[in-house]
Amino acid sequence: MSVVRCDVAIVGTGAGGGTAALALAPLVAHGKRVLVLERGPRFQDGEFTGRELEMSAALYADQGGFLTSDGTMTLAFARGYGGSTLVYTGTSLIAPPRVIRAWGVPGIDADDLARRSRKYMEQNDVHLLERERQNDNNRLFAEGAARAGFHPEQFPLNLRGCRGSSLCNLGCPNNAKQGTNRVQLPAAERLGVEVVTRATVTRIEARRLHAVVAERPAGGKGAAPEWEPGEYVIEAGHIVLAGGVMGTPPLLLASGLSGLPRRTGEGFTCHPAHILVGEHPSPITNDVGHPKSWFVDRGAEDGYVLETCMYFPFVTAKNLTGFGPPHSALMRAFPRLQMILVLACDHATPGNRIAVDRGGTPVVHYRFTDAVIESMVRATRASAQIFFAAGALRVHAPSADPTLVERHDAERLEARIHARHFRTGQISISAAHLMGGCGMGSTAADSVTDDRGRVHGHPWLRIADASLFPDSLEINPYLTIMALADRVAEGLLPDVAG
Amino acid sequence: MPPSLRSALRALATSFIPETAGASDVQWAALETRVEQALSVRPQTTRRQLGLFVTLLAAAARVRYRTALTSLDPARRIVLLEWFGRSPVLRFRLGIWGLRTLIMLGWYTQPSVIEALGYRADPAGWDAIR
Repeated sequence: MSVVRCDVAIVGTGAGGGTAALALAPLVAHGKRVLVLERGPRFQDGEFTGRELEMSAALYADQGGFLTSDGTMTLAFARGYGGSTLVYTGTSLIAPPRVIRAWGVPGIDADDLARRSRKYMEQNDVHLLERERQNDNNRLFAEGAARAGFHPEQFPLNLRGCRGSSLCNLGCPNNAKQGTNRVQLPAAERLGVEVVTRATVTRIEARRLHAVVAERPAGGKGAAPEWEPGEYVIEAGHIVLAGGVMGTPPLLLASGLSGLPRRTGEGFTCHPAHILVGEHPSPITNDVGHPKSWFVDRGAEDGYVLETCMYFPFVTAKNLTGFGPPHSALMRAFPRLQMILVLACDHATPGNRIAVDRGGTPVVHYRFTDAVIESMVRATRASAQIFFAAGALRVHAPSADPTLVERHDAERLEARIHARHFRTGQISISAAHLMGGCGMGSTAADSVTDDRGRVHGHPWLRIADASLFPDSLEINPYLTIMALADRVAEGLLPDVAG
Repeated sequence: MPPSLRSALRALATSFIPETAGASDVQWAALETRVEQALSVRPQTTRRQLGLFVTLLAAAARVRYRTALTSLDPARRIVLLEWFGRSPVLRFRLGIWGLRTLIMLGWYTQPSVIEALGYRADPAGWDAIR
């Protein structure tokens, strides 16, 4: 076992860890050692082939099939240099002030988060995609939503040199997304921050991490690890956990750190989502072009967000309810399918939490509240309106029975799409916006960290990822994760430098 | 894959995805390999539960139709699977969901199937279709 000493050890390289790495990089010039540990590999340019099975296995935990404890929802999260920024679509939204106010965390201010978010929008080259580069799938959403009386908005995206592969969720084959793997981490490394990949942190103790560096498997993707494979103890003056919701709370819980706030693991939210499709009479451009350019935000009014999306054949097949001839017919209509992602704005609820099993493996307990089910049903009706307004012949709605809603039923959506048809285990529900588990607040009685990500009672330990969220964000979270990580790093800088 | 499980898998596949009835030997082999690989990274308990669920489906076919699951005509097999898939028992619904998802993974990730669907996403994006 090797012992390594450093001033700051960061665990994770996603939106939180990558941001913290760059924000803390100036410490290196002052003789401090900043180390970043990433569980996944460092993928090489050219390894992102866009092939669904191959890339899902390489990028996602459990090949993208991680299930909640009762098996009713799939959670998607990535591992690799860049974390989940490898697989997001680059949608860059500033946190809604009403949500930040509702969080009620003393010290957290919506204006401050917005200012920090804008800094990263500039750093990541965030802009609106030109109309001529938007595909029919996005155009039909914007037109249909406007006709149906909604207010479609365009997603700001962090793209540079996007060729429109539509393969964002399998890792951009053209390195166009400006994730932490493209921007913050390389910049931090140029300033002397050390990043070690294939390094799994197995245990945390006071100012100490236990880690295992794995060999590069034969034939596997990604570079060899920067350190010799083996077991390590990392002694650090300060530790920043940024392994994401499926990394940070489980590590803390499995380590049995003494004095851990009792709310660790509580407050899990995830924007439960499912995919709806509308079938058009003739082919549309859907599998070329950026997949996610428009959205409708009804979070404040109706508890949901609708987003354009376009998934790959297997993910699409999995998400269409049912099987047999009707399912096959819809799959054969692939070139004519318009797709919308429905996300419910869930809220922290007692019992929805992250735990670990006896082997230390994360277990997520999640129950769909009536409010979430109603939100998803309202969102499904709204999507059906948009599909029909855009010219679709029929709509596949998981919370309808039968699931295909024909155009002549467009006036009967309230009756056809109903909460009584929302049956877990029968319909596919997934989530990629994993939040909470180490929520910010005032004291150890109501939270895990303070507003600077300091874990109550452990001044050497900070958290800088989405597990800080005390409740759901109600929009795509990566920019807010960066803003919070920026605050955490800002608070840590004088402690380390001093 | 044991022959009994292979024949059950093929019977289920033709119900879940009718096109698999016309699958070539190469396509069947690819489907089975993908299913086996997906199961191999799952916990032992998950694999055991799926095996038990297939046994339950076979027993249900025997009791309800007095014939083997693999010998049932496609229409009856779909009725049986839908009964389980819409059951009030969450475990039954999840069993069907898990089986169909595995088989769809085995089928809809095959290049020949993807091409037949007309799915044409390409790393070159817009340039690839011009």
